[in-house]
Amino acid sequence: MSGPLLELDGIRAAHGGITVLHGVNLAVEEGRVVALLGPNGAGKTTLLSVAAGVHPPSAGRLLLGGRDATGIHPRDLARAGVCLVPQGRGVFPNLSVRDNLRMMTFTGRTHEEIEEIAYARFPVLGTRRAQPAGTLSGGEQQMLALARGIVTDPAVLLLDELSMGLAPLVVAELYELVADIARQGVAVLVVEQFAAAVLKIADHAAVLARGRVQWQGHPDSSLHAELSSYYLGSPI
Amino acid sequence: MDQFLAFTVVGLSTAAVYAVIGTGLVVTHATTGVFNFAHGAAGMLSAFAYWQLAVGWGWPVPLALAFVLLVLAPAFGLFVERVLMRPVQALGEAERLVMTVALLTGCIALARWVWDPNTARPLTPFLADRPALRLGPAAVTWHQAITMAVALAIAAALWVLLHRTRAGTEMRASVDDRALAGLTGADPLRATRLAWVLGIQLAAVGGILIAPAVALDAQQLSLLIVSAYTAAVFGRLRSLPLTFLGALVVGLLEAYLAGYLPQNDYLPGLRLAAPALLLFLALLAFPHRRLRGRDRTPVRVPLPTVRGSLLLAGTVVLFALVLVTVLAEDDLLSYGTLFPLGVIALSFVPLAGYTGQISLCQLSIAGIGAVVWGHLGAHGELWALPVAMLVTAAVGALIALPALRLSGIYLALGTAAFAVVLDRWIFTLPAFDVLGVRITFFDQGSVTVSGPDLFGLRLTSPSQLLVLSAVCLALASVGVAALRRGRFGRRLIALRDSEAAYATLGGRLLVTKTAVFALSAGIAGLGGALYGMQLQTVTADQFNLIAGLPIFLIAVIGGLGAVGTGLFTGIAFVLPAQLMSGLGSWVHDVTALLVALAGMGLAHSPSGVLAQMRAEWAPLGRNRPLLCGLLGVLGVCWLLAALDVANGWLLLAIALVTALLLRVRAAAAQRPPTDIPPEWWGVRRPWRSEDGEVLSRATIAAG
Repeated sequence: MSGPLLELDGIRAAHGGITVLHGVNLAVEEGRVVALLGPNGAGKTTLLSVAAGVHPPSAGRLLLGGRDATGIHPRDLARAGVCLVPQGRGVFPNLSVRDNLRMMTFTGRTHEEIEEIAYARFPVLGTRRAQPAGTLSGGEQQMLALARGIVTDPAVLLLDELSMGLAPLVVAELYELVADIARQGVAVLVVEQFAAAVLKIADHAAVLARGRVQWQGHPDSSLHAELSSYYLGSPI
Repeated sequence: MDQFLAFTVVGLSTAAVYAVIGTGLVVTHATTGVFNFAHGAAGMLSAFAYWQLAVGWGWPVPLALAFVLLVLAPAFGLFVERVLMRPVQALGEAERLVMTVALLTGCIALARWVWDPNTARPLTPFLADRPALRLGPAAVTWHQAITMAVALAIAAALWVLLHRTRAGTEMRASVDDRALAGLTGADPLRATRLAWVLGIQLAAVGGILIAPAVALDAQQLSLLIVSAYTAAVFGRLRSLPLTFLGALVVGLLEAYLAGYLPQNDYLPGLRLAAPALLLFLALLAFPHRRLRGRDRTPVRVPLPTVRGSLLLAGTVVLFALVLVTVLAEDDLLSYGTLFPLGVIALSFVPLAGYTGQISLCQLSIAGIGAVVWGHLGAHGELWALPVAMLVTAAVGALIALPALRLSGIYLALGTAAFAVVLDRWIFTLPAFDVLGVRITFFDQGSVTVSGPDLFGLRLTSPSQLLVLSAVCLALASVGVAALRRGRFGRRLIALRDSEAAYATLGGRLLVTKTAVFALSAGIAGLGGALYGMQLQTVTADQFNLIAGLPIFLIAVIGGLGAVGTGLFTGIAFVLPAQLMSGLGSWVHDVTALLVALAGMGLAHSPSGVLAQMRAEWAPLGRNRPLLCGLLGVLGVCWLLAALDVANGWLLLAIALVTALLLRVRAAAAQRPPTDIPPEWWGVRRPWRSEDGEVLSRATIAAG
């Protein structure tokens, strides 16, 4: 396929009266992992919300496979293959693991198929299928959230702060899995503050600060210098 | 043995109805997060509607049933979802609770207005002409058999829906996280609508099934829900099988109590109060994380100034003096209840406003205050007034002990159960002795209450009593305001905002909660004693749960955190009803309906009407010349009214119009402050739409 799968074109977005994103351009191609880095308050989560249709942009376009998808309801975007795993635990805490998986049947797979795929990938979830998701450990909850990224066959996977509150070992494991998903042809956009973990698997990195993409390119040594200047607030 | 079986059959069929209603409650709660206090009222309205169609207009039974269950009930469910619940979806649990309480009051008022409660409306059981089924020695009527079969079918269907289908899972998922449900391709709105439609339909089924067994009475049918609450609490508001078990326990218990309880003066009430008692016990016995209530979005509690509270107290007393001089003797009696009710409403402020503990039994506690004063202060002994307050404070402390385990809707439920126990059982008891002390409640009738003897001056006339209540309200308001400013008030707010944080900072939850419950019960007891003096004779009916709900609602509308809520509630509760009382007896129901509607309007100003009014009138208060002008006009109007020179209504209208005109004038005269730095925009002066533009331009230029 030619051209990027997900493309954000001149996105501007505001919370209340305050503009957070001042025209962001970003493209994610099929099978690639793009890491979106940046300090607190840079607008990373807002950008992901725009990409998932949760937050309507005040200007700019959201392109999905080259077609304009701006203003489409998040429910329909989800059905079209955009999967956002939100910040914090993207699970329903009072639903059992099985019921959480049942919520992923919207793409047409049967419940049994979904359970089979999910448990094959995450055996630990299989042993806890009747347990409320809120009682799982942090890592297990993220696995359950990530399971959505696998079983619904998304075209675009949007991950927000996968590492939040998790041990570094677990984070490394989860990102291995994300790389795996990408290899199957999914466009992955990862927002992360904990840069080291995601940069190991990213094909492309972008640094967002003050609502603009300040730097983007291949994640190599030059990025580290750039990053520290944005995180630590050296003059721009 | 035959008798036992007969009771069992009756118990099982009652249990089936409770199970249907209880599962409806569980379905709504598990899928929308709203505990619907009006669930029973919805069933009650359905029963009335069914009666109207099938008996009143003579429709065929199947058609009437289909119309109620498939048209009216779903329409009502959609109405509730759209008009009442959607605006408060984002607010806290308390606001949603208030909505359903408002709905309950509204439904009862509506039913009484439309269907005159003094007419008997018999409903025949289903298939009453067929002979009863015989199962061995037991006889089961067709109606009972149908009821049980319906309950079982509904239970099975619901379980499949909720646990085995995607629609059911979507419904439950939407409660957990609406946004996330949307991201997984679900439509949370559709799920919520479905939940309301289902819930109301179940209530309707229950209402129609039970109506032939009990009288078609608005209040009684709505309160049947207490039994269903108990069943639902057995199921911890989540589990359908446990709800069924709860319904069985309650239904059988009621039937056996009816059959085997010894007949004497003390115990019949126990049978009526048994579901409420069981509810209370169930709330206490089931330790559960969710019983502690969830998501609260605390509204800011205003900090009253010394000057402000003194001004309020002055206004209260002045208002009383105006009433005394302007009104005729017999009007004074009815208007006089304004101040005692204000005191009772004020008792919500420290408890619900400062501490965030919702109690629905304040009026019942006030009833205890009235009774204690009525008996001990029969000859106006002044010492009996503090004693009445102490007794009610002790009752309040007693409630606080279980309340320590509960919060949010569970506390509201527990206190509602307490109120029901009081008015169905305790208040109906004849006199009895405990440890040599003779305890009397309403003497199974009414109690005469007289005014106090104020150091030799016996207060008996309506005007004296009115001024006394006003002075008490003024003092209580100042006291509550002082409480808010002081150390204890800060502790209460801390406790409300986070119990865990309060405990980790060294606060003692038990002591603080008991203290605030006792304090507010004491205030309510004082209000009750004053209310009794004003009414002269009191009966248990005047202090029941349903009578107390409108007071709670108006206090919420006024704003539970504001000290002025006492006066506001008194005025809003008494004045409209009295002003319109000349129009006919239906006015009472209409005003109750208005209260409910106002409660439903809560969503538009969750912090209360008083805060809004304060903001609107503040410019006039600061504008000295205009304020003096207004006071002058008011004074002249008062003088003319007191001397009976001009028509009172005309003067009232003049005073109101002048006040409103001056308010508009003062608001216009207020110069908008200039030179406010951008950081303070929206704080020191109102946020304007063009500010966003200016700020974003500035940030772009900077960065």
